[in-house]
Amino acid sequence: MAEATAPVGTRGSSCLSALAFTLSTTLPGIRSASLEGGELVVRAERERLIPLMTLLRDDPRFRCEQMMDLCGVDFPERPERFDVVYNLLSVSHNHRIRVIVTTDELTPVPSIHKLWPCATWWERECYDLFGVLFSGQPDLRRILSDYGFEGHPLRKDFPLTGYTEVRYDPDRRQIVREPVSLTQDFRDFDFVSPWEGVLTLPGDERAHELRQIMKKLK
Amino acid sequence: MSGENPETAQNAGQNIVWNRDMVPPGPEQDAIVRGITGEISEKGFVVASLDKLVNWGRTGSLWPMSFGLACCAVEMIHAYMPRYDLDRMGIIPRGSPRQSDVMIVAGTLTNKMAPALRRVYDQMAEPRWVISMGSCANGGGYYHYSYSVVRGCDRVVPVDVYVPGCPPTAEALIYGILLLQKKIRRTGTILRG
Repeated sequence: MAEATAPVGTRGSSCLSALAFTLSTTLPGIRSASLEGGELVVRAERERLIPLMTLLRDDPRFRCEQMMDLCGVDFPERPERFDVVYNLLSVSHNHRIRVIVTTDELTPVPSIHKLWPCATWWERECYDLFGVLFSGQPDLRRILSDYGFEGHPLRKDFPLTGYTEVRYDPDRRQIVREPVSLTQDFRDFDFVSPWEGVLTLPGDERAHELRQIMKKLK
Repeated sequence: MSGENPETAQNAGQNIVWNRDMVPPGPEQDAIVRGITGEISEKGFVVASLDKLVNWGRTGSLWPMSFGLACCAVEMIHAYMPRYDLDRMGIIPRGSPRQSDVMIVAGTLTNKMAPALRRVYDQMAEPRWVISMGSCANGGGYYHYSYSVVRGCDRVVPVDVYVPGCPPTAEALIYGILLLQKKIRRTGTILRG
């Protein structure tokens, strides 16, 4: 076959670093390509994602036939707070490439569902949990969370218990959604004393004092 | 066994008294059987408390709606499998709520599943019971503070027996079923309402 002449056919990190070199020097739309922990990570520009992904899929040097995974990461302190991470696998070359683009709440990322049809579900999941928008995705619905759910639960500013809880209302004879009221408070572990709630243990006065000061500083 | 003396083994077998009250086959046994059957054919009925009879029937054929939601379902399956074999107690899992008497909520009940659980419960015919199996179904368990989990399935359906554990063992589930049978025997009635 023609692909047999492809320069990358061996395994190991040396071939990955060769790939990283190729990616970072010859291709447009790539901010950086390097080995991180023995894995090839490509940080790309969002606007040129589609040509890059097409190249990674079709070029005989990369030949990433499968998109294994798409996930989001939230860094609330950054202006473009979300990372969208694509994990690609080449079965013929036995290598994996991770492509990372950044975005914020309003800027859509180009959808890659035309390259890998499986991306639709992954993009829906990323939209559901992080609120990342994907342009060109015709089926951008929620996939995991409840029907009529509001908010994006994996964002760092989403409270753990959410905003609503459900119960059965015997009068209306249906499941109703109500604001959260926790019958048991959140536990505040300081991870130092196993006797949380006991204020000062005998013989522990000094350590307790320090903990209180540290809590105040927080 | 091959090295053992066959005579001692035989003696041991004779020493076991299998049933002290057993009447050996013969004229004496025939007389007892004739006496019982004669009584039925003569009087024509058997006297029993109807409530007790109904409860006997209900406890002897508790058909559960299998509502496996998470890992607890695996332990529920263990209870059905040959080692513990719930079939021998007349407990046969049903795929339809209309055929079942008891719902075993085995696993985490999420907000999205709650309407389906309630609908299935509503479709079950009276009398019906619910066993809540595992920490998650009892009170949210590990996911108590989660945004997507119901903090106990008793917020959605009335629960008769709570089986604690994460997950409970198959033995624990069977004990819960036995407790439910006890509850039915104590409180069950043919009156409606």
